[in-house]
Amino acid sequence: MAKAAARKTAPAASPSVERRPALAGRSTTAAGVKVEVLPPAERMSLRAPEGSVAALSKALGVTLPNKPKTSASKGGRTALWLGPDEWLVIDEAGNDPLADRAKVSALHSAVGVSHRNIAISVTGAGAAATINAGCPQDLSLEAFPVGAASRTILGKTEIVLLRTANEAFRVECWRSFSDYVFTFLSEGSRDAAV
Amino acid sequence: MLLIRCPYCEEERPELEFRNAGEAHIARSANMAGESDDDFEKFFFIRSNPKGIIYERWRHMHGCARFFNAVRDTVTDKFVMTYKAGEPKPSKLPGVGK
Repeated sequence: MAKAAARKTAPAASPSVERRPALAGRSTTAAGVKVEVLPPAERMSLRAPEGSVAALSKALGVTLPNKPKTSASKGGRTALWLGPDEWLVIDEAGNDPLADRAKVSALHSAVGVSHRNIAISVTGAGAAATINAGCPQDLSLEAFPVGAASRTILGKTEIVLLRTANEAFRVECWRSFSDYVFTFLSEGSRDAAV
Repeated sequence: MLLIRCPYCEEERPELEFRNAGEAHIARSANMAGESDDDFEKFFFIRSNPKGIIYERWRHMHGCARFFNAVRDTVTDKFVMTYKAGEPKPSKLPGVGK
């Protein structure tokens, strides 16, 4: 029901409607690490069986990755592998991926989660050490190269982690957890600087 | 921290990402209403609880979110192997005598 309601109201909201993400504009800097809240983006949670992947990739303009812990990016749109039939599509260029896949008849389930998540960028030489303050995954470049993406945990919350460059990460977390995550990363950045 | 191999992510991940989901290979009867009380009790409540090798369901909750099966030694807490849900019980276990 919520999905149907969202579909009805979404086109009515004009792009000029001011969108204020949680923690907008917050940032903190420690020696060698910068943690900042990224601007809003369009997001879609996508579930699809193998047979639908080709049609969806074509409609979205980005090839959905089929290997664990990988992502694919094209024209400001990134598709992150979360599970064997699950992706998170993030669009930073302002085009709604939910609208782009609307005409695909192949079996799939897509839910707009643009406002569910907020993104925090962690950049600098101590970026990996900052995230490792609460994330048990191996974030060395060999194990987690540029473009690697994974759902994992940070402290007590679930996050989706994407490495955008050698020393840059995008941390996606639920809006209601964002204060905790940002504070956790801020504390982590101070430890990483030592 | 234990490292558990997720058969879907194809690599070892820290145990914090996982949840145990009880004993594996417990088949639900196709005719539940026709089950006798004794059979239902066996299916519903009785678990093997062995000392040694146990077959369990685990879920990669904070990763790919998939359920899979794992063989674990309850004495050493070591994971012998993991395999995808739906696959048959492995007949031979690596590194386990007999």
